[in-house]
Amino acid sequence: MKKSLSLIAALSAAVYFGPLAPAAYSAENQDPIKLTLHDWTGQLLTTKIMGEVLKEAGYNVEYVQADYIAQFAGLKTGDLHVAMEIWETTGREAMDEAVATGSVENLGETGMLAVEEWWYPAYMKEVCPGLPDWKALNDCAEEFATPETAPKGRYLGAPVTWGGFDDERVEALEMDFEVIHAGTDAALFAELQSAYQRKAPIVLWVYAPHWAPFKFDGEWVEFPEYSKECYQDPSAGINPDMAYDCGKPRGPIWKVSWSGVKDKWPGAHKAIKAFNVENDEMGAMVTKVDLDGKDLDGVVKEWMDANKDRWNGWISK
Amino acid sequence: MSLANPDSSPAGPNPARVNLTRFNPMGAPLWLALFAVTWVFSSYGREFSRAIDARWLMKYPAGWRLPFKRDISDAMKWLVEDATFGLFTFKEFTRGIAWLIELPYDFVRAAVIDGFTIGVGSEASQIAPSLSWIAIIAVVVAIGRVAKDWRLAALVGGCFLYLAVFGQWDSAMVTLASVLISVPIGVAGGLLLGIGAYRWPTFDRVLRPILDLMQTVPVFAYLVPILFLFGFGPVSALVATIIYAMPPMVRVTTLALRGVPTEIREFGSMVGCTRRQMMWKILVPSAAPSLMVGVNQVIMLSLNMVIIASMIGAGGLGFEVLSSLRRLDIGAGLEAGIAIVVMAIALDRLSQAFAVRPTPTHDEIESLQQAGLIKRHPWGTTVLAVALVTGLVGLMLPAVQSYPASLTLTTGPFWADLVAFINVNFFDQFEAAKTFMLTWLLLPVKRFLLGIPWPWGIAIVALAGWKFGGWRLGLLAGGLALFIAANGLWDKAMVTLYLCGVSVLIASLIGIPLGVLSAENERANRIVSAVIDTLQTLPSFVYLIPVVMLFRVGDFSAMIAVVLYALAPAVRYAAHGIRGIEPQLIEAGIVSGCTRWQLLRKIKLPLALPEILLGLNQTIMLALSMLVITALVGTRDLGQEVYIALTKADSGRGIIAGLSVAAIAIILDRILAASARNARARLGLAE
Repeated sequence: MKKSLSLIAALSAAVYFGPLAPAAYSAENQDPIKLTLHDWTGQLLTTKIMGEVLKEAGYNVEYVQADYIAQFAGLKTGDLHVAMEIWETTGREAMDEAVATGSVENLGETGMLAVEEWWYPAYMKEVCPGLPDWKALNDCAEEFATPETAPKGRYLGAPVTWGGFDDERVEALEMDFEVIHAGTDAALFAELQSAYQRKAPIVLWVYAPHWAPFKFDGEWVEFPEYSKECYQDPSAGINPDMAYDCGKPRGPIWKVSWSGVKDKWPGAHKAIKAFNVENDEMGAMVTKVDLDGKDLDGVVKEWMDANKDRWNGWISK
Repeated sequence: MSLANPDSSPAGPNPARVNLTRFNPMGAPLWLALFAVTWVFSSYGREFSRAIDARWLMKYPAGWRLPFKRDISDAMKWLVEDATFGLFTFKEFTRGIAWLIELPYDFVRAAVIDGFTIGVGSEASQIAPSLSWIAIIAVVVAIGRVAKDWRLAALVGGCFLYLAVFGQWDSAMVTLASVLISVPIGVAGGLLLGIGAYRWPTFDRVLRPILDLMQTVPVFAYLVPILFLFGFGPVSALVATIIYAMPPMVRVTTLALRGVPTEIREFGSMVGCTRRQMMWKILVPSAAPSLMVGVNQVIMLSLNMVIIASMIGAGGLGFEVLSSLRRLDIGAGLEAGIAIVVMAIALDRLSQAFAVRPTPTHDEIESLQQAGLIKRHPWGTTVLAVALVTGLVGLMLPAVQSYPASLTLTTGPFWADLVAFINVNFFDQFEAAKTFMLTWLLLPVKRFLLGIPWPWGIAIVALAGWKFGGWRLGLLAGGLALFIAANGLWDKAMVTLYLCGVSVLIASLIGIPLGVLSAENERANRIVSAVIDTLQTLPSFVYLIPVVMLFRVGDFSAMIAVVLYALAPAVRYAAHGIRGIEPQLIEAGIVSGCTRWQLLRKIKLPLALPEILLGLNQTIMLALSMLVITALVGTRDLGQEVYIALTKADSGRGIIAGLSVAAIAIILDRILAASARNARARLGLAE
């Protein structure tokens, strides 16, 4: 049967000759540029937008599913070419290490700003009126307790692989909270949704741009402001003996590429460097896909149609 | 995951030697005493070690750690960057293999979903569309008809129709393409290795432990090296799938060849077969029905891998499940998960039907040879016609080429509402049950295991090995336990043991009664098997997220997921054990006036014990293989270690943690297999 299957395929290949599309213009090289896709919607949108723009410029684009941190191995060897979202907050370390080898190039900011911080739903303000101040949060830690953590409050942190120094933060700020790490971001937001449906107490790690702050009404906890010294120098900040006694850094989301991209596809290199979108723009698109259930490719197309001049500017020579 | 020596399945019991009164499990006083000592150590070990200033008793000192992690990472680096065969490097070699796998994969993908194109990038133009959805359904229906009958054809056709109607068609075809590539490679490779093991006993001895490792080391552990060697993309996912799915085929092949009756073999020698003819014309064909069991396993395990494969670039249904659950669209995740189940059902039934298909007689073949092309291949030509017609019509009518999006169904909102309803109305009850279980079962066990000083832990493991299987097993078990400690993973291994132990206990408490029930009652059997089959093929991620919504992130949620997944073997083996009891023995019980309950307790359960122990063994193996998935809801065990290593692209760390999981699996497997052997010997069942 297998035989007849391939026979069919071969025959059908011989029978239909589709109309040959007119050859497009101007790409230096028809080898595929490989863009990496990860598993959160914002990144898929950013990457697909970049990919579509490059296609318009005549490049051959290929999307490859790859892990966020593991991809650096591929970017160094040239197996993968472009990663569109490396967050200052979670990816900085891996990115710096890769850039230092000389095989990976930082192509600058995407224009989006990453926010990652403790977050609570608005209804918690009634229980704990002093919010969003972190001291007030600490005073009503017991409101956030569960049987496993009582009398301490329960803080649902991000997957351990994301870093974030929450265990250190709780210790340095002497907070009465226990950090529970969710294994994945799906589990993280599953708990938020569950608590929100019941109006149950919860404080957890949320990040933006993401659909959650759009869908659920809530606020970021205000910690002492982040500074480099606070993370590196124990004596800085409230606690004289420990580092991490402040909030999380907020920072840009970076674009990186294999360093060979510059010579192999100079035009594409320029276009990726020029790529720029903003938080609100991205947040709106993420909401359309994740909350309104719109097709991702459709949302990308919508953006492409609405912003012709902008992306034409990125690819014009 | 048959780790237990499969050729030791019970033969008929020897009624003369059955002596049920001697049923006294393994010298209970010794074990009770050991347990008491361990309990004391576990409760006071920490204070004691502090008092005599010997912290190393509780925590394996960092200075004594073996540098395996770094060594493996360095070796990997050398392999990727410097290893060479002279003419070409090792990496070029693996990339060559990747290219060889990618060629047919691209072709199949083009045929079922992408369409054929010429040229690359913006200069690409389509020369032929892919097969239309109607044509593909026609193909599977025809295969079903050829393999068996119209009922099967309708079943597989219905399965594929589900994929179209619920909007899963495109992803399903991507998954189908990877299954169509990985299964033949896995089957062919497994067949050749199995033949090798059958022919050369030395090869068999070398291969066995490797197969054990292939089945017990979590896939995540070797994904990073595979990504380095085979590149990012679908090929790496295919390679990982093949490694994971091939071992049962190897084992089944060796067994099936050994099982060919001697008469057939002698017939082969009599007609003067060469060695090669003997193998390919006599042995393999006569072992074919058993070989198909292996093929079936390869298909099932390949589909088990789709979620993990999608994490490293395979796309398809696995990606659909993951991305729906990330946006908490439980309904969509469930539909995509069911699509995987449906595909597994279709492929499973087809492969089973081929296994039992009668071969055409000589006369039939002769009459067919005289007939015309169409008569000779009625289904092939019909399908071809359907493909051509729908392909041509599809050029003008898109609905014929790809199933129209407007006609797809979704039950998404229903599931979201259902979970929300349960969550809002029953959360408190769930919470109470969970707190009860945590306080009285999970936490005490965890505290007990984590409190055991590691040198004592190793001693106990070695002792158990020695008691059940002699000094060799004792040495092996102790050595493997030392390996875990020496790599600084003792605590994580204990958390692993605790999570698996509690889950296996609960899975057995639920599974064994269900197994007994389904052995006694045909209707119950049908329902139970349908449920456990679904639970095994449905990706666990699908139910993990609703479980997290109801029970929060933590060990309890992980435990539920492990129990659901590992339930199946407990049920199956218990049912199989009870059904396999000689009817004379049961009649003897009835004659001596046993009540139903006595019959069950005094005759059936003890006689089924060896099988139940094998089932327990399998339950443990499945529980261990779920660890990596439960790391996704935040457990702190070896699974998490493997997962962290994956995301940090640290080959050494991942492989060591993976080997530690395998070490636990091998210790438990060998000890349980030995005790099943002992039980069988005690019951007078022949080996």
